[in-house]
Amino acid sequence: MSPTTKMTGAQILWEALARLDVEVVFGYPGGAIMPAYDALGQARVRHVLVRHEQGAAHMADGYARTSGKVGVCISTSGPGATNLVTGIANAMMDSVPIVCITGQVASPMLGTDAFQEVDITGVTLPITKHNYLVTRADEIAATLREAFFIARSGRPGPVLVDITKDAQQAAVDFLWSDEPVRLPGYRPDYQIAPASLDRALELIAHARRPLILAGHGIVASGSGALLRDLVDRTGIPVASTLLGLGGFPATHPLSLGMMGMHGEAWVNCAIQEADLLIALGMRFDDRVTGKLSTYAVNARKIHVDIDPSEIGKLVKVDVGIVGDVAEVLSRLLPQVKFTGISRWHERISELKGDSAVRDIQTLPASGKLYAAHVMHDLYRLTGGAALVVTDVGQHQMWEAQYYRHDHPRRLITSGGLGTMGFALPAAIGARHADPDAEIWVIVGDGGFQMTAAELSTCAQEDIKLNIAIINNGYLGMVRQWQQFFYGGRYVATPLRNPDFVKLAEAHGLTGLRVTRREDLEETVKTAQVTAGTVVIDFRVEQEDSVYPMVPSGADLDDMIRRPAAPSPIVETSDSD
Amino acid sequence: MSKSIPRTFITYVEDRPGVLNRVVSLFRRRGYNIESLTVGRSAREDVSRITLVLHADEDMARRIQANLYKLVNVLYVADVTTSAAVCREMALIRVKATNGKRAEVLQLCEVFRARVVDVAPESLCLEITGTQDKIDSLVEVLRPVGILEMVRTGAVAMLRGTEADQAGATAPDRHIEHHIVAA
Repeated sequence: MSPTTKMTGAQILWEALARLDVEVVFGYPGGAIMPAYDALGQARVRHVLVRHEQGAAHMADGYARTSGKVGVCISTSGPGATNLVTGIANAMMDSVPIVCITGQVASPMLGTDAFQEVDITGVTLPITKHNYLVTRADEIAATLREAFFIARSGRPGPVLVDITKDAQQAAVDFLWSDEPVRLPGYRPDYQIAPASLDRALELIAHARRPLILAGHGIVASGSGALLRDLVDRTGIPVASTLLGLGGFPATHPLSLGMMGMHGEAWVNCAIQEADLLIALGMRFDDRVTGKLSTYAVNARKIHVDIDPSEIGKLVKVDVGIVGDVAEVLSRLLPQVKFTGISRWHERISELKGDSAVRDIQTLPASGKLYAAHVMHDLYRLTGGAALVVTDVGQHQMWEAQYYRHDHPRRLITSGGLGTMGFALPAAIGARHADPDAEIWVIVGDGGFQMTAAELSTCAQEDIKLNIAIINNGYLGMVRQWQQFFYGGRYVATPLRNPDFVKLAEAHGLTGLRVTRREDLEETVKTAQVTAGTVVIDFRVEQEDSVYPMVPSGADLDDMIRRPAAPSPIVETSDSD
Repeated sequence: MSKSIPRTFITYVEDRPGVLNRVVSLFRRRGYNIESLTVGRSAREDVSRITLVLHADEDMARRIQANLYKLVNVLYVADVTTSAAVCREMALIRVKATNGKRAEVLQLCEVFRARVVDVAPESLCLEITGTQDKIDSLVEVLRPVGILEMVRTGAVAMLRGTEADQAGATAPDRHIEHHIVAA
């Protein structure tokens, strides 16, 4: 580029994003970001107009989780920036690479409490991997390069770049480098210690009841095939965290399912009986361990994680290996030996057999619609191949239990932060990452209303989503806790909802309703063939609970089980 | 499990706006209670040096180090608690020194190698440099006399001997082996 071609900071912003391989950004304009929006017309980057900045951050998040690339959102200063905060925290907790660009008041006004001024780098300090305040146009390109590098390398996470209005307006020479980014204090490339690999191999060789705990790191590092190889060689069964689902095929005979608070009973029991836990890219969240002092006390523990600060944070481990799971697995694989653990497989079958009849099989045959039916039937009707985006609450746990994911990046859900309102915007982001997938948004009636305004975005962008509202007229998970732990006092949990069918129609979208199980299949099939976004209002049993449940702070195998039903339905759940 | 003891960390950080805030915010967020923190220039331009003292057991110390490294602007962290290091703190102490007491205060000054840096009709201001223990002891003996005002800088630390030569030659660019083999 010749030095005479000056570009404004705003033009540089879009040019840099295009060079960083950004196809789409999700955003909302406003005063301090107007120069950037003014330059958007000539940009090679597509823009999706959201209805609330929280939606923009979740869209970037959903886009990133689906594509494995960095998601980008953009907003103005002040309220535009603070509205991003929930979405940023969500991405931080789940290690999702997003870059958030915010406008900021002009640099001479900084610190004067100017109109729509918020110290957003201060606000987001603890919920970003890193953040920047850029006050000069000639710093924009290099800063964005750093931001993308930091967001996607090592343990991924959100990076915020706050750009003052004058930096967007100033015209400077555009300088671009394709050299690798070098930051003196940032070294995401860890040396894996051979000694710890040897020690891990030794523990694996001597284990009689080993178990792999597969977390989000399997998905993030793209090591699903390596994990499968490890399991096929050793016969070690796999339990997954919520965000690990899909990292290992759910239909694989050695896939046990989800662990933790609403995990399968046999999985939690197996963890407590194991003599070796091989934790891969997971962080022993409290929802996964239950009471720490009684967690897997019989097991040696190998912990592989890319973040050194996670090793030994909550659970004492025997071997900690810091590194990319994919690299660690590829180093372990050639040396790992078949361990001969058939007795352990038998024991797990026993655990499955006597304690863990699937809930769905013991639901009363009343003809009523249960959420579990919806999940199970959606699994069946989509052939298990849909990209499912869930919100937070009961429906999320039911989905995790009944929709079996065989492939990574096909379940998009808010794990660590537990952000209600995540699903719809995240699905819009997912749609932009995967234009062809069959997408099902599974969302509660409470969470849906938190970000329902994004229905307008679906309409304006002409996006096809299938939205299944699991409508029980309650904030269901809180109601369940009230039932179990707060004397059945349903305070502030019953919901008086709008007519979701009419709401869809008001947006120019299709609305459908299902109240009986016999109508479910037909309606789902209608949604599948209907152009444009379809909202289905599933009126499910109102006071159903998610079982099993490990109460907060209880031992992992101390679970509340579903009370026996008088006339159980016999499901053929595993045959199709 | 190892004991929780006061631990001293030496940290090099990029000298940029907001970096100290990032370090302090980390400790606040993770609930680590800082006993003392000093920050100032290092021998290298653009690089500040922080000495941190806080109570931690071995495991926590390791995580503190790992968490500090997660900050993009942190260049180098060393836990020098068990290394041979020079640790010094400075204090300014204003003590009541009316006619009858003045000689006693000056005598104590002598014993502790403190200096008188300001003399007022009713008080003396002392400057003392030394280990935290030494300053603690002086404070203890001055308390009955009457301490009117005190300010302490918090500890600064530097490695001794060969260890220092090795660290000094490479810090703050030393590449840290990020592997952990727990017991």
